[in-house]
Amino acid sequence: MKIPIEYFLVLSAFMFVTGVVGVLTRRNAIVVFMCIELMLNSANLSLIAFSSYYGNSVGQLFVFFVMTVAAAEASIGLAIIIALFRNKMTLNIDEVNILKW
Amino acid sequence: MTLEFILFFIFALVCAVSSILVITRATPVFSALFLVLNFASLAGLYLLLNAQFIAVSQVIVYAGAIMVLFLFVIMLLRPEADKASTGLEKRRKILSWAIGGVVFLQLIYILFIHKSNAVTASQEASVKAGTVESIGQQLFTNYILPFEAAGFLLLGAAIGALVLAKKKFE
Repeated sequence: MKIPIEYFLVLSAFMFVTGVVGVLTRRNAIVVFMCIELMLNSANLSLIAFSSYYGNSVGQLFVFFVMTVAAAEASIGLAIIIALFRNKMTLNIDEVNILKW
Repeated sequence: MTLEFILFFIFALVCAVSSILVITRATPVFSALFLVLNFASLAGLYLLLNAQFIAVSQVIVYAGAIMVLFLFVIMLLRPEADKASTGLEKRRKILSWAIGGVVFLQLIYILFIHKSNAVTASQEASVKAGTVESIGQQLFTNYILPFEAAGFLLLGAAIGALVLAKKKFE
């Protein structure tokens, strides 16, 4: 009667891998950033699944904190992207490599 | 086949397909819109898991605030769509998908190699865990210090974003 927890975990694993592949394949800084959000959300899904099946609300509390960190990360990251675009006029992460070597 | 399963498969399908579309669309605006769809279907899954409070804040914080910020920056900067990939680029793409496939298979293997024998809580305990009441109870008693730290983090992020976006670097 209840959905097995493995279903949620498989979906979470799938979303995480999609995020990883996105970070590896895409060259646009904003899209790479969105893929990171995708990975954060897949972690959230498994945290909530565990929390719900265990009957303990602490897992959902952690999701709450993850959301806070994601909001902070999004604001800072997008500010960095805007500053980058002002200086380089590009969002391609292959062309932004001054810190690489 | 109960209603619960049907809803799960609908939401999971939307979730999986939209996450694939996020990373395959060449135009960033489409990626962002599919990400909003992905977050909305995730909120539906959270509701299925009896996590009401998190489902609502997923819609408000993620699909609302964060994605509006993303769309705002995309519209502001107007990044060009990714060009069709050539030689080296294509090899890197194939390699990335292969790595992704291997990692996914490993995760599936780990999930199913052990028969799960964890105790699952009753439906009542699960519903009770997801209410605003029990989350707030935990948040303002045992986790008050992390809560305050999160507040400081957001303050720092707001100030940092202002400084970064304002100054013109030489």
